[in-house]
Parts: sequence; C-alpha cells; structure tokens
Amino acid sequence: MERIIFYILAFVIIAFAVASVNSRRMLRSVVYLAFVLISIAGFFFLIDYNLLAAIQLTVYAGGIIVLIIFSVLLVHHIEMRLEMASIAKRITTAVLCLVGMGVFIYTIHSFEFEMVENTKSTTTQDIGDRLLSYGDGGFILPFEVISILLLAAMIGAIVIAKGTKLMDKNS
Amino acid sequence: MIEDVSLYEILTVTSILFFIGVYGFITRKNLISILISVELLLNASVVNFVAINKYLYPDVLQGVVFSIFIIAVAAAETALAVAIIINLYRQISSVEVKDVETMKY
Repeated sequence: MERIIFYILAFVIIAFAVASVNSRRMLRSVVYLAFVLISIAGFFFLIDYNLLAAIQLTVYAGGIIVLIIFSVLLVHHIEMRLEMASIAKRITTAVLCLVGMGVFIYTIHSFEFEMVENTKSTTTQDIGDRLLSYGDGGFILPFEVISILLLAAMIGAIVIAKGTKLMDKNS
Repeated sequence: MIEDVSLYEILTVTSILFFIGVYGFITRKNLISILISVELLLNASVVNFVAINKYLYPDVLQGVVFSIFIIAVAAAETALAVAIIINLYRQISSVEVKDVETMKY
C-alpha cells in the first residue's frame, strides 16, 4: 500500500515539475509548482515526519506560493505567453541534464547504503528539544542565527520593495 | 521508514526533480520562472536530507533540523527576490533577464 502511494506521489511530483518548467503561462506554472510542493508534503507524511509536512504545507504551499502568485499578478498580464529559449538551447540543456541525472543515479545505485531498521517515529517534542538544547548536538546557535536572518530579510524586503521614496526622504 | 520502498528509489526521484530544476533554471528567461526553478532545487535537497536521516541515522535529528533551516532560508530568499522583482519592474517595466543589465541606481 505504501509503495503504491509512494509511486503515485513520485509520478505527480515529476510530472508537475516538468509541466512547471515547460508551461508558457506564468500563472499555470506557479499552480503546477504548488502541486509539486503539496505532493512533497504528502511524502513527508508518508515518511512519518508530521511536523515537517505541516511546515512544508504552511510555509511553502501557503506562504511562498502566495508570494509568487502576488508577484505574477502584479507584474504580468494574465494572458501573456512567456518567451522561451531557442529549440537548440533547450535540447542541449535537456541532454546535459539527462547526462548529469544519469551520473547521479548511477552513483547512487552503485553505493551500498547501510540502512537501519527502525519503527520509532519522531515526535515534535524531540525536534523542539533538539532545536533549543545547548548541549551536545544542540542547535540553539543556528536557531538564533536563523531568527536574526529572517528579521534582516524582512526589513530588507520592506526597504527594497518600498523603492525610491524612502531614500529620497532621507537624503 | 516507508514500507517496501528503499532509499534508492527516493534518491532517484529527488535527483530527477533536481535536474528538472536545473533545466528550468537554464532555459527560462523570466526572473519569476527562475525563482520557481530555484524552489524545485531547494525542495529536492530538503527531501534528500529527510530521507537520508530517516533511513540511515534514525536516532539523530540533524537532517530534520537542517531541512527546517533550509525551508526558513528559502522563505527569506523568496521574500527578498519578490521585493527585488517588484522594484525592478517599477524601474524598467520588465522582468526579463535580458533587460536586467545594471544593478546600479
């Protein structure tokens, strides 16, 4: 049963990813991306990391998709078709990507992973403890750094998006 | 771990997703499309982190924590990129890569 669900999810992810990079309409491309992100959240549910699936659904499929849709609607005409690269360039890129993919997949399949049997599922409390512990293997410092980074990015985004008016007032 | 699904299959799917992202990154000529391709790349790496954590080292949580950090950085990056794109559209009325020649204003 899990196997079937995994294959369905994998098919949906790959098909919509291809559609997303090939669609000539901007808004459709964003909606295909949303399908990819939601399927990846389903994959996290399948692999039994519920917190990550929730984060994926809220931050990616919620926040980032809405941001991109906003920017598409502000910037583009809905009916406008996108300009694509030339056929020769696309074929060259596709061949190169296929070669790279072949190398990746060959390397992965020729490596012996030592898989461990486990049935224990990770709770949200474990992840929270690990994030806030300052002992061995704790992540308190990166956690703080990430919060500073998010604050800086937020302020930077406001300043950039506000444009020249803000700067004129200062000078 | 997922029953009857080996790590190899998951890694195969994520490498395909990664290279679809690379393809889109190279062939697209629009800043927002390039942003979408970058999201695909980041997501492929997130799934890799999580799967390897679950299959090889289930007792440590490094992979999960790193994926949370990657998602946070991706959110920050998207917010900044959208701000830059909107500002750029205000100044040169275009978001095509070929029109963006200067960063100086």
